[in-house]
Amino acid sequence: MNEIIYAFIALGSVALLFATLIFFVDKKFKVVEDPRIDEIQEILPGANCGGCGYPGCRGFAEAIVKTNDFDKLFCPVGGNEIAKKAASIMGVEVKEKLPQIAVVRCNGSITNAPKKSIYEGATSCAFANYLYAGESGCPNGCLGLGDCVVSCTFDAILINPNSGLPEVIEEKCTSCGACIKACPRNIIELRNKGPKNKRIYVNCINKEKGAIARKNCNVACIGCGKCVKICPHEAITLNDNLAYINYEKCKLCRKCVTECPTSAIVEINFPPRKTEIKNTNEIEA
Amino acid sequence: MSTYVLSGSPHIHEQQDVKKIMWGVVYALIPALLVSIYFFGLPALFITLVAIVSCLLFEYLIQKYIFKSNEITITDGSAVITGLLLAFNVPSSLPWWQMVIGSLVAIGVAKMTFGGLGKNPFNPALVGRVFLLISFPVEMTTWPKVIPLNTSFADVITGPTSLGIVKEGLMKGESLTKLLNNVPSYTDMFIGNIGGSLGEVSAIAILIGGIYMLYKKIITWHIPVSYILSVFIFTGVLWLINPEKYADPVFHILAGGLMLGAVFMATDMVTSPVNYKAQLIFGLGCGILTVLIRIWGAYPEGVSFAILIMNAATPLLNIMFKPKRFGGK
Amino acid sequence: MSGLKTFSIGGVHPHECKFTAKKAIVTIPLPERVYIPISQSLGAPSVPIVNKGERVKTGQLIAKGEAFISANIHSSVTGIVEKIDDWIDSSGYKKKAIIIKTENDEWEEGIIISNEIKKDITLSKEEIISKIKEKGIVGLGGATFPTHVKISIPQGKKAEYLIINGVECEPFLTSDHQLMLEKAEQILVGIQILMKALDVDKAIIGIEENKPDAIEKLTNLSKNYKGIEVQGLKLKYPQGAEKQLIKALVNREVPSGKLPIEVGCVVQNVGTAYAVYEAIQFNKPLIERVVTLSGFGVEGGNFLVRIGTPIQALIDYCGNKHLEIEKIINGGPMMGKSLVSTEVPVTKGTSGILLFTKEYSHRTKIYNCIRCGKCVSACPMGLEPIVLEKAVEISNWDLAEKYHVLDCIECGSCHYICPAGRPLLDMIRLGKNKVNQIIRTRGN
Repeated sequence: MNEIIYAFIALGSVALLFATLIFFVDKKFKVVEDPRIDEIQEILPGANCGGCGYPGCRGFAEAIVKTNDFDKLFCPVGGNEIAKKAASIMGVEVKEKLPQIAVVRCNGSITNAPKKSIYEGATSCAFANYLYAGESGCPNGCLGLGDCVVSCTFDAILINPNSGLPEVIEEKCTSCGACIKACPRNIIELRNKGPKNKRIYVNCINKEKGAIARKNCNVACIGCGKCVKICPHEAITLNDNLAYINYEKCKLCRKCVTECPTSAIVEINFPPRKTEIKNTNEIEA
Repeated sequence: MSTYVLSGSPHIHEQQDVKKIMWGVVYALIPALLVSIYFFGLPALFITLVAIVSCLLFEYLIQKYIFKSNEITITDGSAVITGLLLAFNVPSSLPWWQMVIGSLVAIGVAKMTFGGLGKNPFNPALVGRVFLLISFPVEMTTWPKVIPLNTSFADVITGPTSLGIVKEGLMKGESLTKLLNNVPSYTDMFIGNIGGSLGEVSAIAILIGGIYMLYKKIITWHIPVSYILSVFIFTGVLWLINPEKYADPVFHILAGGLMLGAVFMATDMVTSPVNYKAQLIFGLGCGILTVLIRIWGAYPEGVSFAILIMNAATPLLNIMFKPKRFGGK
Repeated sequence: MSGLKTFSIGGVHPHECKFTAKKAIVTIPLPERVYIPISQSLGAPSVPIVNKGERVKTGQLIAKGEAFISANIHSSVTGIVEKIDDWIDSSGYKKKAIIIKTENDEWEEGIIISNEIKKDITLSKEEIISKIKEKGIVGLGGATFPTHVKISIPQGKKAEYLIINGVECEPFLTSDHQLMLEKAEQILVGIQILMKALDVDKAIIGIEENKPDAIEKLTNLSKNYKGIEVQGLKLKYPQGAEKQLIKALVNREVPSGKLPIEVGCVVQNVGTAYAVYEAIQFNKPLIERVVTLSGFGVEGGNFLVRIGTPIQALIDYCGNKHLEIEKIINGGPMMGKSLVSTEVPVTKGTSGILLFTKEYSHRTKIYNCIRCGKCVSACPMGLEPIVLEKAVEISNWDLAEKYHVLDCIECGSCHYICPAGRPLLDMIRLGKNKVNQIIRTRGN
């Protein structure tokens, strides 16, 4: 019996000693943090994708509380909803941003841009880009080795095995920007999702002269400028033999789509045209 | 215009590949296999075949139905090596169903759960062997006596191994000199005319295999030499201190599974360090642990445990001991 | 000459494949057109100073090296400048090139055409350096570093040895070997010129043991030249790499991240020494070089080719119509670049063209890394490619930097020896690229 009492006292006093120690250490080294950081972190998606440019959702929450600048801080995954909630915690108003989506601006599929060489090497677009122009010969086109796929933390971009090109899954894309950074040729761009997800863009970023571009890929932008002339909203500019549609100015009238002689301009999520059965210009499936 | 192949340099390659290395190890194991079949007869051949077939089967089944992978790698020879080495680590009288379980543990647990070839931290054959030793201690420590070219599967007379004789005797307090009269001669231990696991009995067969692997550049000398040398020196020092209590170093090298372990198991590329400095330390560590277990540990043979413990230390050794860098400190 | 020397860390032994050894240098006829890229050396591209339609003579200056590290480029034929346009080159991309339609072979005034061996060196050190710059001489070993920059020693450093690289450790290539046999005396004079420019009195020519005739010839001739000695080297790849050559010859290790001048050495290829000789003694700019054409089962040889000649012209000259070529390599098989088309021209850095048929063109099967450590024992810089590959795979650039990925000389020994066929050098190159990018942004 005595042994039990002694053991009880011995271990009990050790436990009490440590408990007191921990209590005082906790008091002395307590980190005082603004409680709003925790509040904001609660409402954030918790994906820790880095799309905001900060290290994880905690980092973003800290940045909001520190700077309170909602113009520069935006969580692409959470979108406008999260921005409104976070702004109300901080006690400020915030402007709504238009939703965006990653757009792959290359249509150099296996059929459009046939292979003129065989690549054997590390499965890395960055390395193939260093090695040479690519299997199709186009120095700006997609290499199809999947650096963008590897970088996406939301499984929103996959290489279509039939075309060899990456395809963005609309429902999953959070416009975090990881694939944009991963692509060594800057083929992917963030563009406005558009009303009812409709959007129009030039599906090419080749900057070579028209004739040379056409030799490598038959849906390349040849820099003819017809789209620039026909656009009633001055949304299209031509630089370095390449047309570019400004998504802020584009009103989705589709005039440029039919005008383009090489079908380089594509329209997404539009109903089929009533008049003629023109080339639909959908991305090759 | 023709279609050319584009790749980064270099554009030529050494002829040796993983398949050639693995099958090279299998060829190096053939002398030991032949010797074991000679000394232990058909049961030895049978249990070896059971081991190889079950290793191949489990690798195939796991890759096809559990991983659902497109690539089945049973032809690269690594499963055959695991099967052979596992068989070499057991007595020829082991029941076949226990061998199948051992193969499942070796391939399934020690190799496949980590991702297959090249990803396992522990030597699969040794994991299988230790599992069998702990699960079926009686069958794993029943050593049939040598019956050259035995063709029957009937129960045979069994007896302890050389290490077993010495350890048990010393624990009972008998004199070492008297004990050493009961163990087989050095010649017998060199050729393999002794009781023990299938592959560990014949030092000469293992040596031939080892020399073949060195010639084919499958292994380098660093691990086997540092392992055997450290055992030799450690036991030598002990023997010089008290020849009545500690057996001489030549006995320690020839007895038990040291030769098999040093040449075939410790040199397994996947589980041993990658640069020569770390490899020498790895061999040294294995040697010290082997002697510690043999002399002061509970088991008469310490090679399997020593190697497994050092396998755990391999990542640390890789970081601690770096190769000499050109133009740097 | 003492016994054979070598470097101590790493190295591999590919088959020598010197099928074109002992084939005398043949001058191939002028091509129909030459495509002269404006970027043929390390550093900034040169600036064209001729226009479309202009008539140029052989040896005339057509592009100026304006940046600090950059070289002059001269026309290699006489003809009309057809256009200055993009043309495919060995980088795999189209780059700006001056395209000249060949009409003739009229040499610029001042250039002396002669076969006599001129031994007297009349120019001063500064005049030599400025003339080398004027004549557009770059390193012909493959790195194409502008020679006048290399031999202008920066303040605070002193050159002690001039090391001449006659190693040619890459399999198949024999152009340097043949040059050493046919132009030995000229090379020695070229070396003397370089010694004068560098202010050194010791030069060592390193030659691998598989060229005993070159070793013997140069050893005998160098007896008449003060300060030049010949040293035989054991056969091991990459003996011809700058740092390994310095280690073998004078037993000094160039510190990580630094240049050879740090240990008092300047390394030049034998071809560069010959080009320097021609430039100083005959006012000849760099407009042609010796190129080896080879491969398994290929009718080849060593050819004197004008810069800008399309590779197709060289292949046609040799025949080989029966061969189905699947891979073309610019340079040696260990470090050369595979080409996407035979329209790529020969440039100052082209030491060899290799034609590979189907059985030699494809990479070996890839297995999981079996941690054999052969890459670690093969690396001549003492690095650990096994870790570097893993670091690049998981994009851990800090780890790659910590394991000294920037020290890699891209020799390819690790990839060559890897039994699992893993694309080690591809990944390491990627790592170097990314780490350099990160360091540049860090600096900003």
